[in-house]
Amino acid sequence: MNALMAIAGQEIRDGYRNKWIIAMTLLLAGFALTLTLLGSAPTGTVGTNSLLVTVVSLSSLTIFLIPLIALMLSYDAVIGEVERGTLLLLLSYPLARWHAIGGKFLGHLSVLAFATVVGYGSAGAVLVFQGVDADNANWFSFAAVIGSSVLLGAAFLAIGYLISTIVKERATAAGIAVAVWLLFVLIYDMALLGLLVADGGNGIGETVFNALLLANPTDAYRLFNLAGFEGMATFTGTIGLSANAEFSPLSLLGVQFGWIIVPLGLATWLFQRKEI
Amino acid sequence: MSAPNLELENTAKAYDGLRVLHDVSFAVSPGEVVALVGHNGAGKTTIMKLLLGLIRPTSGSVQVLGHDPAGSNAAQARLGMGFLPETVSFPANMTGREIMNFYARLKRQVRGDNDRLLETVGLADASDRRVKTYSKGMRQRLGLAQALIGSPRVLLLDEPTTGLDPTLRRSFYDTIMSLKDEGVTVLLASHALSEMESRVDRIAIMSKGRLMADGSMTDLRKKAQLPARIRLTTDDGAAGRAAEHLQGADIRHVNGRTVEFDCASENKMELVRRVTDIGVTIEDMEIELPNLDRIYELYQDNGEASS
Repeated sequence: MNALMAIAGQEIRDGYRNKWIIAMTLLLAGFALTLTLLGSAPTGTVGTNSLLVTVVSLSSLTIFLIPLIALMLSYDAVIGEVERGTLLLLLSYPLARWHAIGGKFLGHLSVLAFATVVGYGSAGAVLVFQGVDADNANWFSFAAVIGSSVLLGAAFLAIGYLISTIVKERATAAGIAVAVWLLFVLIYDMALLGLLVADGGNGIGETVFNALLLANPTDAYRLFNLAGFEGMATFTGTIGLSANAEFSPLSLLGVQFGWIIVPLGLATWLFQRKEI
Repeated sequence: MSAPNLELENTAKAYDGLRVLHDVSFAVSPGEVVALVGHNGAGKTTIMKLLLGLIRPTSGSVQVLGHDPAGSNAAQARLGMGFLPETVSFPANMTGREIMNFYARLKRQVRGDNDRLLETVGLADASDRRVKTYSKGMRQRLGLAQALIGSPRVLLLDEPTTGLDPTLRRSFYDTIMSLKDEGVTVLLASHALSEMESRVDRIAIMSKGRLMADGSMTDLRKKAQLPARIRLTTDDGAAGRAAEHLQGADIRHVNGRTVEFDCASENKMELVRRVTDIGVTIEDMEIELPNLDRIYELYQDNGEASS
């Protein structure tokens, strides 16, 4: 346990020292504030809906940015240390191998969570400053966006460790990480739409379609934030392909956790067998 | 004789069917300093990794401090071990002290000892500077300091003196000798043959994954049967006459006053006596025993021949 915390602490300190934390926080805050301020233009500055608009904007931002940031943090975690020779030294210490991956995960997750909470939180602070009612029920959605964004980040961190454990070279890991990002964030939904159009909506049953949606962590995230709440569907229009998909928020949360646990477990399992 | 601190028994290792270690057996006792020498890829680092439990042997067994280093009690064994990898690198933005604190925590040690260790390796003044400002030698010394955390009973050092200047090298070997006196087992993998030969108890020579020889310098000399090289300085003009009487020796060089020859170590006194018997005055005599470099080359050549 001590080793786990020591490694997590080391990652946090490293993130702080090499300015990663501050850069990520500023990036997320910059985008969140821009979207919030621009987003309030059509609805007027003081409106109940400006908060909802922000929630929708932030969740779209998350889908593009958070997986990218998480993969950048994690793709190097194992193979980079192998290549620099630091893993050899680390593993010569009295710790279990899962401590190494688990500690890195906790450290990177803390860094990512800090950047997300502070970055998106700044948008929330601006909204409060603009006079959005403090007990507006949509604050719950706002908090849910932040929380589930951290979960999405955790899923892509786990995927990144899996990539980093499998490859034999650092450059390969970087390539795969980019491919994974392109696939899950850009290509997947287009391919799914294309499939539906080509199919005319007949061949693919609803069950298959729903399963395909859950097979992408960013879609699970999207469903959770955009369709999971009453009133949200009206805003999201076509984004909510999911309008007819029937998932409870709890099951979507379960899927998000699955996207963390399975890759992380697999990465740990493979790492334990890896010959350094 | 106490039980060895580390032991390999008929250990072999193959990666994807490619054998990198053939049937190696050797053991190191407490208080013994052993040098592991061999060309790049001879299997030195593989042995270190096996001892650390980072890889498992394909066959045979490995024991460190009475435990299987890749088994369930591995952490127990590693608590008593210190390791310096061949290429040591640290997070560039941490200070020396922070790095020591991190590793001390992993080894479940108190931080207080770190100051003394940083002092030992001569980094006390630089301990609050970031590692990226360190020279290569300073990083190497930081690597050595982390290996000494928690007073290990087994030290595995891969190329420990690279990047150290002669003064630091000497203080490095002083540190090793005082650890030896405390009963620490030290395994050094190195190419710096000449500096090790007078300082280690035993030398293990590896070639192409095989252990070619293992013994003290005297044992190795005896076993290698390499000739001693002798240079005699005689009175004027007598060198040629002396050379004629050195049957059985391999004359390398003669001029007016000196004769240089190779002969089996045990014959050297007999040959010198023969020269004095014919009335040649010997003014000076230099004997050069085969050093580790020559012995090492012999085994490398044998390694070539046998493969």
